[in-house]
Amino acid sequence: MSFIAILLSGILINNFVLARFLGLCPFMGVSRKVDTAMGMSMAVIFVMTMASVITWVFMHYLLMPLDLIYLRTATFILVIASLVQFVEIVLQKVSPVLYQSLGIFLPLITTNCAVLGAAILNIQQEYTFVESVVHGIAAGLGWALAIILFAGIRERLEVADVPPSMRGLPIAYVVTGLMAVAFFGFQGLFRALFVG
Amino acid sequence: MIRQLLADFTPGLIRENPVFRLALGLCPVLAVTAAVENGFWMGMASMFVLVMSNLIISLLKSVIPARVRIPCFIVVIATFVTIVELTMQAFMPAMFRILGIFIPLIVVNCLILGRAEAFASRRPVLNSIFDGLGMGLGFTLALVAISFVREIFGTGNIVVSGTALLGGGLGFPPALVMILPPGAFLTIGVLLGLLNFATERKRSTAGQQAGQ
Repeated sequence: MSFIAILLSGILINNFVLARFLGLCPFMGVSRKVDTAMGMSMAVIFVMTMASVITWVFMHYLLMPLDLIYLRTATFILVIASLVQFVEIVLQKVSPVLYQSLGIFLPLITTNCAVLGAAILNIQQEYTFVESVVHGIAAGLGWALAIILFAGIRERLEVADVPPSMRGLPIAYVVTGLMAVAFFGFQGLFRALFVG
Repeated sequence: MIRQLLADFTPGLIRENPVFRLALGLCPVLAVTAAVENGFWMGMASMFVLVMSNLIISLLKSVIPARVRIPCFIVVIATFVTIVELTMQAFMPAMFRILGIFIPLIVVNCLILGRAEAFASRRPVLNSIFDGLGMGLGFTLALVAISFVREIFGTGNIVVSGTALLGGGLGFPPALVMILPPGAFLTIGVLLGLLNFATERKRSTAGQQAGQ
């Protein structure tokens, strides 16, 4: 599969949040302000890419040769948890300011189903190593796009006249739904660009 | 004893419903709720993992060192998720294929890790089991509720194991958007808004009665 196709697919056509429903908990939780959304996105893109790399290597050089494919879930999540822990330690040393501003959100990337989802999808779609890396980057960029757009809208929702029972999460869900409708328009893009 | 167990069981059903009140475990809720059958089995799979991991983690709580407790919880949870994965693959292959990637994703369901951290690692075994049952059932209830709305309005009928429950269907053309991604978000948003509205109503009438 060409890399452009993978990038477009990950970012627009099969957007991880709006089409695949991955990474929703932090999506709802970190999207109050555009700044935090951006910081979180950077961390997520990095972790997703690294996770794609390491889980692919583990899968093809450890689990498959040793016929331990049923250990995939456990191995992948442990890899991701360790990776996040490692990133935490490194960030604390290299850029304490960024570490402070991310706060609790950094360890929460472990439970971001988008990271594990991307790793599993790489295997399911039988990507090569480079394709997996590109897919990891694309998935992260797609997630980032969705959450930054959403944060921008949410900042305005704060001062909008929302009915009391819809304030907070309910209207956030509805807005996400409308974003999903908008992104649904990209569905025909693949066929138009690459097939038709 | 029984009272305490019930007190650990009931919050998860409605008052502290993991989906509508605690906003935990959102990914599967929106992804697999296009049909009631799918939502139900996802709920059952998650409840199994939740109850079993609550049980084991509560049993091991004095042995697990505090600093590495999260990775330990993850290992326990991953074990039961793998069991569910393999069991479903063997005995319910069609449902396994439909639920797809979201079965292994149970391992990062923030509900399960959250309950392990907040409850099972601090409370006795029997209480942890009941908490798992309550939260798991609440989770399943939420899944089924959302699936019900989406399937009825998205396909006009509810289909369980191949049989349509409503015979001729609803009689009007269904809105396809309901079983597509946007429909999931819209459904949970509206349902949550309605739940908030009902809770506010109850609170204000209770307040009025108390005031009189």
